[in-house]
Amino acid sequence: MASSLRRKQAPAAATARASARRGPAGLWNSLPVLPRHLLAALAALALVAVLTSVTDGLTALRVANVGYYLLAVAGLQLLVGFSGQISLGNGAFMFIGAYTTALMVLYTPMAPLAVVMLAAVAAGCLAGMLVGAATARLHGPYLAGATLALAVGLPAVALRFPDLLGGSNGLFFSLRGAPPALSGLVSDSQWKALVVWFVVLLALVVLATTSRGRLGRRMRAIRDDEAAAATAGIPVGRTKVVAFVISAGCGSLAGACQAYLLGTATPSSFTLALSLSLLAALVLGGLGSLWGALWGALALVYLELAGEELAHAMGLGSNVANNAPVVFFGVILIVIVMAWPLGVQGALSRLGRSLRGR
Amino acid sequence: MRKPTAALAGALALALLATSCSGAGQTEGGGVGDLDVSTGVTDDTVVIGTHQPLTGPASAGYLSISQGATAMFDYINAQGGVHGRRIDYRVQDDVYDPTQTIEVTQELVMGEEIFAMLGGLGTPTHSKVVDYLNEEGVPDVFVSSGALMWNNPEEYPLTYGYQVDYTKEAKILGQYVAENFPDAKVGYFYQNDDVGTDSQAGLDQYLADMVVSDQRYEATAPEAVATQIAALKEDGADLVVCACIPSFTALGVLNAAGQDYHPQWVVSSIGSDVPTLKNLLREFGESDELPVEAMLNGMITSGYLPATNMEDDPWTRFYQEVHEEYGAEGELTNTTIYGMVQATMFARALKAAGPEPTRQGLVDALESMEWNGPGVVPFASSADDHGGYAGALINQYVAEGDEEGLEELQGPMVTDREGGDITEGAFDRATPEEYDFHD
Repeated sequence: MASSLRRKQAPAAATARASARRGPAGLWNSLPVLPRHLLAALAALALVAVLTSVTDGLTALRVANVGYYLLAVAGLQLLVGFSGQISLGNGAFMFIGAYTTALMVLYTPMAPLAVVMLAAVAAGCLAGMLVGAATARLHGPYLAGATLALAVGLPAVALRFPDLLGGSNGLFFSLRGAPPALSGLVSDSQWKALVVWFVVLLALVVLATTSRGRLGRRMRAIRDDEAAAATAGIPVGRTKVVAFVISAGCGSLAGACQAYLLGTATPSSFTLALSLSLLAALVLGGLGSLWGALWGALALVYLELAGEELAHAMGLGSNVANNAPVVFFGVILIVIVMAWPLGVQGALSRLGRSLRGR
Repeated sequence: MRKPTAALAGALALALLATSCSGAGQTEGGGVGDLDVSTGVTDDTVVIGTHQPLTGPASAGYLSISQGATAMFDYINAQGGVHGRRIDYRVQDDVYDPTQTIEVTQELVMGEEIFAMLGGLGTPTHSKVVDYLNEEGVPDVFVSSGALMWNNPEEYPLTYGYQVDYTKEAKILGQYVAENFPDAKVGYFYQNDDVGTDSQAGLDQYLADMVVSDQRYEATAPEAVATQIAALKEDGADLVVCACIPSFTALGVLNAAGQDYHPQWVVSSIGSDVPTLKNLLREFGESDELPVEAMLNGMITSGYLPATNMEDDPWTRFYQEVHEEYGAEGELTNTTIYGMVQATMFARALKAAGPEPTRQGLVDALESMEWNGPGVVPFASSADDHGGYAGALINQYVAEGDEEGLEELQGPMVTDREGGDITEGAFDRATPEEYDFHD
């Protein structure tokens, strides 16, 4: 750890000298990557805590929803945006995480939440390793097809083993809410939102730090030109599988967070539509930056609500109004991608550049 | 970069351990919230809510339930409401996806502050919110599902069943078949979830020795029905008992006709709504010319509500009138009536709860109610039995020429969900005019 950090510190220190005149920003930039990410995560967690404490339980639930979608989309970002592989099957990894959580809670109720979550990550990584190894030689549409099969096929496992996995009715269980010491201070849903965001932010720190480091650099090299990357001595196959494993782990952890939040795991929640909307959210938010995952997750939760409100305000008939949110999402996606091919994050960074340019 | 990642994973584990010192699954028995409140009740309205599949694959069969309830509440509000308050019935779309059911239920309870939940639809969906509703102290009235779990007053004191449960209904059907078709070779055709297993538990009490074929379908695999019907034919079943949702009854009947296989169909109430089946048959057969009446002719069904084909029933006539004036487009189906009866009975209980209703008042009204309609069998919502409709009667659909209708083969019978006897369930049934459910 020390050696790798020292290597990074040299250019960071140079930046610090160059921007020392800028005060706090310079100090911030002079920090090594890892503490910087941890501090940012801490700030984000504080923001979530403030946000949930001033709003009602329903908002807390939505904020928590954004959290686990953010993690799932961020995992996909690492795979698609950084390593250039495509996956239509990340919903299947959420399925694995949710069912791991459900089974752990039902059969080992004494296991602490941390153990449950780690088990979900392990199960997801294992599945990701198998899938990644099996598909490492596939490219483009063939890889997409293979992962598509995963999204379509895996939920059917729950139907195949109805006694263990509850069949089409799924599994449901209740989970501990806020600790007794805090009862009265925070409601159960606020507490759960905080726990979900805590997990999500820790995982994001791992993702952000990884993507800034050697592995991230290798992934981007492979994404941009596989042959050149191989010539430069980058182990292409292994790096691609590692990307798949990390992405699967994130998806699985996101599924575990969902199960923790909602107290259920049901096959009908993990349809192909989920996998596709994760990918759509990623494109909407912006490929190639973890910030894009945040915009995508916000869009997944709030664009649908906005669509409902809009349909309601326009006084459409129920047949039209009920399908309006999907259409609304689609239209926004098309408009954004036409205007800014790099999504919301692309638009924002362009805006930032033009502001700085002035 | 490996090492910092590993260190972070360790930090994640430690931090999570710190946040949860005891087991994630350990919960203390959830108490019921304070019931002496009248959340959702104002001087001139009572807000209630429900979750229904308004879009998605399940919506086709069930959309008319909330439409029926809406029409009925429009009628009740037009008569002056209940104790001067109009009923504001809010329907939330959950697409039959449990994740969304949880979200929309929380939205109804915390956002819209409903007084009670009425007729939340579906077993996979509603099972995920019963705990929540009971903990929050929200009366969870007349669940739209025949699963056994709603009738559990100890664990879910605020949840009341509605539909006759799958096992009771199957016992009554099973006994009827055993007595009237003693030589039949019985084939089971059922959904591979609680609908199927709970039904089978009842049927097997009477038919176990007569079964020659046992076919389960997955609700996600309509294309497999042809094979299953072929297997029933192959095994020589001449009477098929179907515990299916409407689209699978229709697929079964259509595939059987296509394979020139004509068993006696015996279909439980959830999958035997004749107007719905006729529409589905035309849709799946991709032809408006299909002789749908002839295909369904002779089908034996169980029922517990007034049905569209019971032309002489005063409630059927009443619902027909309400449907024509307040209902959605299209003809009145039994699914519409299902929602209308729910609304009627809820209004009745709300009226009985008095001019200043609280949640406790609604619960007391439900538990002390002597139900006398609109259903055709007795209804249970007492302190120790939240079972809803307690039995069924048996009808046969007959179509000859232009005439069609339901013939009653066996009057109302009631039973339990275990191995108890089946007994006659005659009771006094009020007419709509006598029924006290609006101002």
